[in-house]
Amino acid sequence: MLKKRLIPVLLLQNGLLVRSELFRIHQIIGNPIHEVKRFNHWTVDELIYLDISQGEAFGQNREDHKVKGFVDSLEIISEVSKTCFMPLTWGGRIRTLEDMRVRLQRGADKISINSQALRTPSLISEGARTFGSQAIVVSVDCLRHPDGATEVYIDGGKTATGKKPEEWAHEAEANGAGEILLQSIDRDGTGLGFDTDLIRKVSEATTIPVIACSGVGRYEHYADGIRAGASAVAAANIWHFKDLSDRAGKKALQRAGIDVRL
Amino acid sequence: MIAVVDYGMGNLRSVLNAFAAIGQDAAAVSLPSDLKEYDGIVLPGVGAFGDGMKNLRERGFIDKLADEVLVKGKPFLGLCLGMQLLATVSFEYGEHAGLNWIPGEVRRIAPTAAIGELRVPHMGWNDVRLIHPNGLYTGFPSKETFYFVHSYVFSPNDPTVVSGICSYGLDFAASVEVGNLYATQFHPEKSHKAGITLLKNWSEKVTACSKSV
Repeated sequence: MLKKRLIPVLLLQNGLLVRSELFRIHQIIGNPIHEVKRFNHWTVDELIYLDISQGEAFGQNREDHKVKGFVDSLEIISEVSKTCFMPLTWGGRIRTLEDMRVRLQRGADKISINSQALRTPSLISEGARTFGSQAIVVSVDCLRHPDGATEVYIDGGKTATGKKPEEWAHEAEANGAGEILLQSIDRDGTGLGFDTDLIRKVSEATTIPVIACSGVGRYEHYADGIRAGASAVAAANIWHFKDLSDRAGKKALQRAGIDVRL
Repeated sequence: MIAVVDYGMGNLRSVLNAFAAIGQDAAAVSLPSDLKEYDGIVLPGVGAFGDGMKNLRERGFIDKLADEVLVKGKPFLGLCLGMQLLATVSFEYGEHAGLNWIPGEVRRIAPTAAIGELRVPHMGWNDVRLIHPNGLYTGFPSKETFYFVHSYVFSPNDPTVVSGICSYGLDFAASVEVGNLYATQFHPEKSHKAGITLLKNWSEKVTACSKSV
């Protein structure tokens, strides 16, 4: 039986790993390569790496981090893929087919696109035609407004689009997306659990796999995302500063009666 | 030394990285005439069937591959699309003739209401029942979990070539083994230890074969 997947998300900002809250607060937590080695050692199901840098500044040569310097994020992909014997999704700052191509050549298996996909949906279809649908993940950032309505945002949560998440996800699939990475801006870093209503609506509107992300604060939260219709559950913060976060997450899913790869 | 065929269909890097991890020399080969220098040949690939065949043809790989694999009998390993290309025909976006090394057809995974929700692509880790214990799966238990990502499946005409079976709505060939031809629908290079062990098993066939020449 196809297992439900449990996926760590690493956020890269200016060459350093960060944790995120509400898409606004970013705290540096470490070395972009070291964490991947740990995840590979744990044999996690797969890995999502999102480069949320704005501008071109890279901070890795700072003395206080004692991290080997990288010229740019492409070098990080090459380095990561050497020890990454699991599927690697790379996202962030991808604007063109050529941006996708160089990242796939460096060792990424899937490319996650977000703002540019919404501005130019043909980027999804061109990417799918060139690299296959399985290589194109469309990342959808959603905000739930105080009145309960949900809306898709782009540009790292800064720009409202007027689109409903379920409509945009459906459109992305029609354009050839192979997977949806669903994020909730208002749950990001809160630990309050998934926005299950959002996950349910988007899952019902699509027939491709949906990866639920944002809000996991306890391992028990993962199962809620699967029950709401997601094929995979992802999180960022809960994977850091904790030992055995893969094993504990899988065990919690298993206890909830969900088939996972142990 | 292993050749990983570079025909413009997807990520060779991870296949090369996986061979590097087991200390097996492997190189990307983009010139068909270079294949004769290698002891074993890997045909990786993601993307559409029609494009895959077109690229093999336009780059002059088809005859050279047949020379090395079918005539000389060098161990061959097809991965994902590289397995499907062995078929006679595929119905992915039209109808395309394949290499026809293992007669059979490639068709889309049909979502069936009967089993409830079935999303396509079939993406993620799934169990494979291992039938042939002495080839790719030497030393494995009777069941192992591998990483899949595909929307089409290969059905060989001769069911006895199937060495591993996966189930997603229907049972399909997760791997085939016949003579010096080996192929997997899943991605061993993305399947952690199980996948790396499988590549090691295949590499040993290559070593054994090159020594016997």
